[in-house]
Amino acid sequence: MTQNTTILDYFNLFWFAVLPYLALFTFLLVTIQRYTRRGFTYTSLSSQFLENKMHFWGLVPFHYGILTILFGHLLGFLIPRQVMLWNSDPLRLYVLEVTAFVGGIFTLVGLVNIVLRRLADPRAKVVTSTADWIVISILLFQVSTGLLVAIFNSWGSFWYAASISPYFWSLLVFNPNIAYVTPLPLLVKLHIISAYFLVLLFPFTRLVHILVVPNPYLWRKPQLVRWYWNRRKIRTPEYLVKRK
Amino acid sequence: MDIRSQISMVFHLDKCIGCHTCSIACKNIWTDRRGTEYMWWNNVETKPGTGYPTKWEDQDKYQGGWEKKNGKLKLRSTGKGRIIFNIFHNPHQPGLNDYYEPWTYKYDELFNAPEGNDQPTARPISMITGKYIDIEAGPNWDDDLSGSPVYAKNDPNLSALTAEQKAQLFAIERLVFFYFPRICNHCLNPACVAACPSGAIYKRGEDGIVLIDQERCRGWRSCIAACPYKKSYYNWNTGKSEKCILCFPRLETGQAPACFHSCVGRIRYLGVLLYDADRIDEIAKKPDEELVEAQRELIMNPHDPAVIKAARESGIADDVIKAAQESPVYKFVKEWKIALPPHIEFRTLPMLFYVPAMLPVMSSFDGKTVKNMSEGLFPDLDKARAPIEYLGKLFAAGNNSKVRYVLKKQMAIRTYRRAVTVGDVDMETAERMLLEADCSVQEAEAIYKLTSLCTFNERFVIPPAHREEAIEMMKDPLEHKQSVGFGFREEPKRGL
Ligand code: SF4
Ligand code: SF4
Repeated sequence: MTQNTTILDYFNLFWFAVLPYLALFTFLLVTIQRYTRRGFTYTSLSSQFLENKMHFWGLVPFHYGILTILFGHLLGFLIPRQVMLWNSDPLRLYVLEVTAFVGGIFTLVGLVNIVLRRLADPRAKVVTSTADWIVISILLFQVSTGLLVAIFNSWGSFWYAASISPYFWSLLVFNPNIAYVTPLPLLVKLHIISAYFLVLLFPFTRLVHILVVPNPYLWRKPQLVRWYWNRRKIRTPEYLVKRK
Repeated sequence: MDIRSQISMVFHLDKCIGCHTCSIACKNIWTDRRGTEYMWWNNVETKPGTGYPTKWEDQDKYQGGWEKKNGKLKLRSTGKGRIIFNIFHNPHQPGLNDYYEPWTYKYDELFNAPEGNDQPTARPISMITGKYIDIEAGPNWDDDLSGSPVYAKNDPNLSALTAEQKAQLFAIERLVFFYFPRICNHCLNPACVAACPSGAIYKRGEDGIVLIDQERCRGWRSCIAACPYKKSYYNWNTGKSEKCILCFPRLETGQAPACFHSCVGRIRYLGVLLYDADRIDEIAKKPDEELVEAQRELIMNPHDPAVIKAARESGIADDVIKAAQESPVYKFVKEWKIALPPHIEFRTLPMLFYVPAMLPVMSSFDGKTVKNMSEGLFPDLDKARAPIEYLGKLFAAGNNSKVRYVLKKQMAIRTYRRAVTVGDVDMETAERMLLEADCSVQEAEAIYKLTSLCTFNERFVIPPAHREEAIEMMKDPLEHKQSVGFGFREEPKRGL
């Protein structure tokens, strides 16, 4: 091995074996710490109230787009075999690829509208923080590289399941095997690295609202009443004694 | 029977002078912070008028409240299935433009202006962006019918009137209006609670006050659209919703809420009502014209031994039951039946009731003399300036007989008191009127007393706070602070 390749190795090692853990642990520690200490800051920070029209053209395509894409990535990671099996029929492969691409375009269009809205509307501008701009920039980079990968290194749903999915699994079992990713094209690598940055910065930004999506709403009763004591027993003498 | 206690309110509209003292008292205490400048937890509207936010009663526009669908109650704006689609962009959420852009003035320009020939002026600046703005609307833009062809004409309740009645209402010498102060109704079937995806809004078990847990609110804004009275507001600065808390810290220390305490016209009454929580759903589903009566049925008689027993069993303290027995609200709503709920057709079962405004004595001016339009003291109800249909739409879901009953009783009482004190009406006529209005002499006296000679303690029968249920005994008070809808453990600044 020559001197040169060793440096490159260290490079790869840092980006693909150190950074992911750094990102993941920061993510875990800070989200938990923020939730327990500063849970108040977990909010969508919606600005729809201040600007109600452009909001639709930004937020709706963005969220539908990114959810489709995230779901696709998750599938490739969790059930790579089934995805490959599905893709064995070219027609089905097309369907998957086109869906993913359209999702990407939606995300991009949404993001661009979000940027325009936050620049153009003076009220929306007031509630836009530096952290927001950082998140938006990384997301823009992320979606653009993703779309470029889809164009220049097509059939991603195929090779993702074969190379990146095993790489992620190797990370997850604390036995990182970066040999899966080192041969991949630069675009793909950039896409992965920027994803790690997103995870790393996640707990410091508004992205935390993803963690508080209101799923219990789907099964809770419509009306909520809070009692701080057992109302059937509160007036009985035993109850008062017991509490002391 | 599941008896619960609810702190309820009555506003006597005949006494409201439209001074807005209540709104200011509230604003000074609760909503003078960044992000809440535009919020008026208490506001006073001129009716007919479009109100605040503009045309809030128009549910085709705002989709607030409940509707009956296949025998079930459904929120108009959202629901379990629809929440997923509504959460990114809520299609029914009012924006700042439906309220107004709050502003202040650049007062320092008055002092720092260079010497010149013109008087310096303080120009208005937006309290959101800090930039100069042209003021286009405010929370009371149509106060006292100002600009009525533009504003009052758009009042959604006018749809109940015929073209002729509308023309009559707006004919200049017949122009009529009354004030309509509003706070959160602390409803029994609140749409805001049912719409909240995070489960952050709740009714306090002990007194039914509806609060938004600031810690758990995630800014999904569903309550804003769902509340048909538009009494939940979005704080654009903290990214959380806030609403009237009925000044519970004052109530817990035996004081009346600030808007009640400061009310110049003394129009406000507050007291406990006991109700049967098991029947809420059934009652809220009744047909429109039965709703007023059905809600009254839900309110239980606090003197009935069976009710008292059930109340004790569900942990209601004896002195709270006693407060319920003395409650002025119970008298107005249930015994005398002269207080009506606002827009009960929204089916949230509001617990703030209104004594509708009486019609002013009507006369006309034919160019030479002022002519009385009626024989007696008061005009015929059907020839009244404010058509019964209008009040019926506002306070009885279109069941005009309910309004007619109230107005008749009020007229009879006034005639009766006139007979007693002035003597230009004979007692026989007065008593006949009382009889026709379903009112005994004792009742007339009692209503008269509680309406015009009421003391502070008669208007506000506040149930005593119980130390054994005080929150500091159950929970870390600091931790509790944010969950009661106001008060922050952390700096209430926008999250990152
Ligand atoms: S008036 Fe609106 S905010 Fe108040 S309890 Fe009723 S639905 Fe909720
Ligand atoms: S303070 Fe009383 S009289 Fe004055 S506007 Fe408010 S409710 Fe009406």
